Amino acid sequence: MAKATFRIWRGNADGAEFVDYDTEVSEGMVVLDAVHRIQAEQANDMAVRWNCKAGKCGSCSAEINGQPKLMCMTRLNDLSLDEPVTVEPMRAFPLIKDLVTDVSWNFRVKEKMKPFTPRPPDAEDGTWRMEQEDIDHIQEFRKCIECFLCQDVCHVLREHDLHDEFIGPRFFVYAASLEMHPIDTENRLEELKDSDGIGYCNITKCCTKVCPEHITITDNAIIPLKERVVDQFYDPIKKLFRVFSR
Amino acid sequence: MASYETHEYDVLIIGAGGAGLRAAIEAAAGDLKVGLVCKSLLGKAHTVMAEGGVAAALANVDERDSWRVHFADTMRGGQYLSNARMAELHAKESPDRVRELEAWGALFDRTQEGGILQRNFGGHQYPRLAHVGDRTGLEMIRALQDHGIHQGIEVHMENTVVSLLKTGERVSGAFGYEREKGRFKVFSANAVVLATGGVGKAYKITSNSWEYTGDGHSLAYHAGAELIDMEFVQFHPTGMVWPPSVRGILVTEGVRGEGGILTNSEGKRFMFDDIPELYVNQTADSPEEGWRYTQGDREARRPPELLTRDHVARCIVREVQEGRGSPHGGVFLDIAWIKEKISNAPEHIRRKLPSMYHQFKELADIDITQEPMEVGPTTHYIMGGIRVDADSQMTAVPGLFAAGECAAGLHGANRLGGNSLSDLLVFGKRAGEYAAQFAEENEAVPLDTAEIDAIAAHTLKPFENPADDGSGEKMGPYDIQTQLQEKMQELVGIARSQESLTQALEEIQNLREQAENVHAIGNREYNSGWHTALDLDCLITISESIALAALERRASIGAHSRDDHPEKEEPGAGKYNTIVNKAPDGTMEIRRQPVDELRADLQEIIDEIG
Repeated sequence: MAKATFRIWRGNADGAEFVDYDTEVSEGMVVLDAVHRIQAEQANDMAVRWNCKAGKCGSCSAEINGQPKLMCMTRLNDLSLDEPVTVEPMRAFPLIKDLVTDVSWNFRVKEKMKPFTPRPPDAEDGTWRMEQEDIDHIQEFRKCIECFLCQDVCHVLREHDLHDEFIGPRFFVYAASLEMHPIDTENRLEELKDSDGIGYCNITKCCTKVCPEHITITDNAIIPLKERVVDQFYDPIKKLFRVFSR
Repeated sequence: MASYETHEYDVLIIGAGGAGLRAAIEAAAGDLKVGLVCKSLLGKAHTVMAEGGVAAALANVDERDSWRVHFADTMRGGQYLSNARMAELHAKESPDRVRELEAWGALFDRTQEGGILQRNFGGHQYPRLAHVGDRTGLEMIRALQDHGIHQGIEVHMENTVVSLLKTGERVSGAFGYEREKGRFKVFSANAVVLATGGVGKAYKITSNSWEYTGDGHSLAYHAGAELIDMEFVQFHPTGMVWPPSVRGILVTEGVRGEGGILTNSEGKRFMFDDIPELYVNQTADSPEEGWRYTQGDREARRPPELLTRDHVARCIVREVQEGRGSPHGGVFLDIAWIKEKISNAPEHIRRKLPSMYHQFKELADIDITQEPMEVGPTTHYIMGGIRVDADSQMTAVPGLFAAGECAAGLHGANRLGGNSLSDLLVFGKRAGEYAAQFAEENEAVPLDTAEIDAIAAHTLKPFENPADDGSGEKMGPYDIQTQLQEKMQELVGIARSQESLTQALEEIQNLREQAENVHAIGNREYNSGWHTALDLDCLITISESIALAALERRASIGAHSRDDHPEKEEPGAGKYNTIVNKAPDGTMEIRRQPVDELRADLQEIIDEIG
């Protein structure tokens, strides 16, 4: 069996550093397997967050050789094992310990957003009629596993630290899934423009590139929302109309 | 009592998968204060792994479906060991529970008419599973989560409960720790709902995550509740087998629902070789008829690949044991073959089974639209669990409720695919409703503080146990866990016998002694080794109950197979459930409880539909 070195971030908010671990690797292993092996054999107290180990729950987000990825979906075959593989926590969130960060900000952001508000049911049994083609694009948004890798890579959060003024790509996708939902009646455009800070996004598409679910975040969610905001608040004809209709 | 961070609730829910979230939403519907404790982040629970769909007789695709057929299918699938009242409530109420999810934002795939689309699944007579591609569980948990966060529920994420608290006979709260700093928390509550899921981590090959350590089962058992039918552990027939690191990851039954076939190394569709008597009339005679069934031909009968999970798993094991397996010890599951039948097959497969396509492509370098998958059984679900009242979901302990996988009764000896997502909605709601009612009708009881310090001390014991016992071979928490998993896999797996089970009980006892003295390194801060050490008690308790119940049932029925007792019923024993409880002297007791006779109107349904 081959050996490889994993350079893993160890420590907490008071201080942390890379520690090298050599471990055995075998065919088909993913980074999470190697981390688990190290945890079981050499570092019982190492903190790592994970659940499904199948790319479905979005718990094991980390930065592997500097790239934001799910540890469970990153195969060792795709990495060079000649050099140490670095495994670090997401850098856009405060460190709790080792590979685990405090992502609670994301949960607070979602709570503040206006919830789904359906129109009255279409049928007597309390259900709605929707065409598949009208929901295909929202089902894309609903594939999101809330791994927060898009938040991690977004420079508005990562470099500019604008967590109080900007909700980040994950929540633009969430907003899009609600705004474009065929039976939702709520309007979230004012918040998107103001408190959610959609204007800060300058569509560099970093979020789209790291999304493990391959959601086209920028093109399908953020840009259409930006257009809706522009239509509602900056369209000169509509503006004129609003002036006269006062 | 030392001072602990304390939270007071009317209703405390432990577990935030589908059942816990649904219970919390229901309990919070009135003015009650509801707390929700979960081991992971919100929305990460094992419900996200459910792929195929949620079973409900909506009759959107086939109007012949009704709650009566769903009831009969569930009873047949469970080999008539299910609690019939639960099966009745489940079949009657699941359509409303699914429809209500749409009002909370869930977006199921649609029929031509714009209603909720339903698909075929093993053991269900009509297309019954509402679904979203193959990520139904994610859609459900997200809908419940996104609705739940606006209901005033207080959520404690990444908190683990290590003991329930009782005052006299009644449950009065729970004691646990938060992962981040390892600080203790005391929860007082007028009613407690357990919704902690399953026990898959007791086995080596499993589709379950680290969380599935049987916490609810164990907490309830120690608090005086009963566990029933613990021998019935579902080995899902199709888990990945290669590469080794992904062994056990689930391959949805939806693959077979969409026309996927099982073949052996000789290229033979071996499932046609062995069709159980209960299902002969419902099973296709030819591959052609089976294909037509998967494509919605209402006159066709289902292909044998869609027989119940216990049976399919056993057939796969037989093929492997008799030397007709695939290169890595499984069999082949082929969906690519449908290109013979439809023109745009690869695109069709990617649309119907997107996460399966993704999973095999990324983890195994297999393109399922072009080549077959290799699959084999994986520990997936436990039908057995905490014994509850069918209507209220209350356990034998007043004020303690249970719902979802950790509760038992609905599935009997074998669960049908899709019936767990509906189970957790129907009985999650009921548990929340009745727990709230209990909390309103009963005065709060003060916490019995005397026991809390002792529990706290016990929780810290792994740090105080010596690192070395002088033997130089003392096992750490992960070693003990691994050894337990290996023993359970080997001795209490798909094929069992008196010999293997007796040996298993000895091994478990030995591991219990090791676990009591296990040492955890480091400090209390997010320390996985310490957490694993604490989980061992739950794992060992439920492993013992599984082995004990398996030893007691000297027959092979549903998911439970005894090599030394291949017949379906023990002569003269009648139909019974096994019941495990903690005896006054602290040992585990087992007894048999005859299955109640069916209510006349329900018996009529069985007689008519079969």
